[in-house]
Amino acid sequence: MPLRSYFARSRVQPGAPGMHSLSVQPGEWRVAAEDLAAAGARLVTLWAQRDGRTPPTIHAAFLVEHDGLLLNLELRDPDAPYPGLDDLFVAAARLQRAIADLSGLRSSDPDTRPWLRHVAWPSSYRPLIDPPRPPTDRPLQPETYEFVRVDGEGVHEIPVGPVHAGTIEPGHFRFSVVGEKVLRLEERLGYVHKGIERRFTELSILDGHRLAARVSGDSAVAYSWAYCQALEGMTSTKIPPRAAWLRALCLELERCANHLGDLGALGNDAGFAFGLAQFSRLKEKLLRATQKALGARYLMDAIVPGGTAIDLSGPDDLIQCVRGIAAETATLRTVYDEHEGVRDRFNGAGAVVPELAARLGLTGLAGRASGQAYDLRVDQPCEPYGEFSVEKAGSREGDVAARVSVRFDELKESCRLIEHILAVLPPGPYVAPISAPRDEMLGIGLVEGWRGPVLVALEAGPAGTIRRCHPHDPSWQNWPVLEHAIIGNIVPDFPLINKSFNLSYSGHDL
Amino acid sequence: MLKTLRQIASVGIATERAPQADDSLRLQESLQAQIRAVLGRALCIRQIDAGSCNGCELEIHALNNPLYNIEGLGIRFVASPRHADLLLVTGPVSRHMEVALRRTYAATPDPKLVVAVGDCGCTGGIFGESYASCGRISNVIPVDVAIPGCPPSPTQILRGILAAISSNAGTGASGDRG
Repeated sequence: MPLRSYFARSRVQPGAPGMHSLSVQPGEWRVAAEDLAAAGARLVTLWAQRDGRTPPTIHAAFLVEHDGLLLNLELRDPDAPYPGLDDLFVAAARLQRAIADLSGLRSSDPDTRPWLRHVAWPSSYRPLIDPPRPPTDRPLQPETYEFVRVDGEGVHEIPVGPVHAGTIEPGHFRFSVVGEKVLRLEERLGYVHKGIERRFTELSILDGHRLAARVSGDSAVAYSWAYCQALEGMTSTKIPPRAAWLRALCLELERCANHLGDLGALGNDAGFAFGLAQFSRLKEKLLRATQKALGARYLMDAIVPGGTAIDLSGPDDLIQCVRGIAAETATLRTVYDEHEGVRDRFNGAGAVVPELAARLGLTGLAGRASGQAYDLRVDQPCEPYGEFSVEKAGSREGDVAARVSVRFDELKESCRLIEHILAVLPPGPYVAPISAPRDEMLGIGLVEGWRGPVLVALEAGPAGTIRRCHPHDPSWQNWPVLEHAIIGNIVPDFPLINKSFNLSYSGHDL
Repeated sequence: MLKTLRQIASVGIATERAPQADDSLRLQESLQAQIRAVLGRALCIRQIDAGSCNGCELEIHALNNPLYNIEGLGIRFVASPRHADLLLVTGPVSRHMEVALRRTYAATPDPKLVVAVGDCGCTGGIFGESYASCGRISNVIPVDVAIPGCPPSPTQILRGILAAISSNAGTGASGDRG
């Protein structure tokens, strides 16, 4: 069936522009997903709502060109497996396993291994449904996790983590190698699972943006904006123009800071310490200018329901700083481009060709480096991005060099956007009054964070509470692709390749 | 190569004067004198993310940038707890990292110091204690110095680290390099 027939039956979903919602019958769920897959739609996320008040429901959010579609499937029998989408969308496999861990709803996927659950709770406990477990419970005996074994002469395994050798988040990597060559990588994540989705339900809905900002600290602006967008959509709150522009300023500053940090770290991982020294100096300059202009180095609490918590004080220093960064970055780019040692490490390492990227659903910055030319700021712009004509970065090479090049391009574009915003920031108030939404309303927030699309699904409870909140990080899509990117590369290139994706553990583990 | 050298020359030395120790962050008078006697001015730090949102890690990274230049103070981040004098831990401690944190602590040779970084490391922060979170770092391993902030700035982190190794409360470690 053509997709427009689904859109024709759907209703407009409050929150992000272009989002639609459609409740489907059990027989239609798979058919719709197959039609979406065939039309090139991308799965953003899957989550379950099961609170005992309404029938358990599986939600799947998709992006198609300039629109989004939310499919909702009510489950008549929560004990019977629902039809999984893992054969159509690679990212669905781990999302479905996470749903089983947190809500006890199983999919038809035969891989029934836990994903987010290690030892903190038994498989009989459902953290999103059951009453809190007494905190005095003794730790459980760890279960054996079945990694896929690679057999053959000379194959051996290298287990790495959860505690890594640098200042990095924890996770476990199991390499199967012959000599130095990687035959297979299997990731085991969930170490920083700290019960974020459950914690949301204990907060007031007008206060949840603070937790959203801490889902993945490096994307605080993207998450808190997505959360507020969902909330404002449900309550039909129109934020003042100045607030929308200030939010965009914050989001582009976050993008710049992360790209500067990554460009330095990537130089360092290629043995070029000069790069780390230069880019980390530029990042520090940017953070200090951000603090001067907006009151904090990292904008953890800048975005609030109805607008922003802070106004801009004195844009001049920030303009000077961003101009300086744009100029110095241009110089440093030629240094990276002309440095033979750096080129040798970057070119061809961890390549994901566009066909593979499309099949595996590679998204965000890494996707754009592999020919997946999607950027919500262009494709589904929320206020004020419609007025910016953002230039989409992209490459088709898909290697470390391409992910570096996309960062350089995006950094340049973000500097341009910041200058533009600071030059023509509309006057007026920066926050509008907002009240709690009606019980059982659902809102979807969708923001292009520096790493890729960040989605927040927010469902209101009675009297200003949160019934359910599901934050989604683009790392869910890209972690499985990293397993492919490393195949055939040598073990010592893993840190460089891993860094070139720079995925979030906290945003994934929740 | 010429461009690289020109860039280095035009930037010059970016390093700033280091801050004073903030002894008010110290939770217990433990081993400072002993550690100082053994180590002199050299200190090896092993950072452990025991469940943070990764915000604190961003500011810990910044300690290595040329402006704070923590290595210029004789303080170095190392890859193994077996090489470390001080564990710099962010949290809350997720229940899934509890065992790894205890083992890393056990693998660090005595005498050792623990510095908890960030609101979540100090109190459990917004995540608190739950089925998945043990809360503050001191719920799992002993903590000498706790540095609040979300995230704390590099200067605050540096002042906390210096407090952990300053010889006595009140005077504070000077930030001399060299």
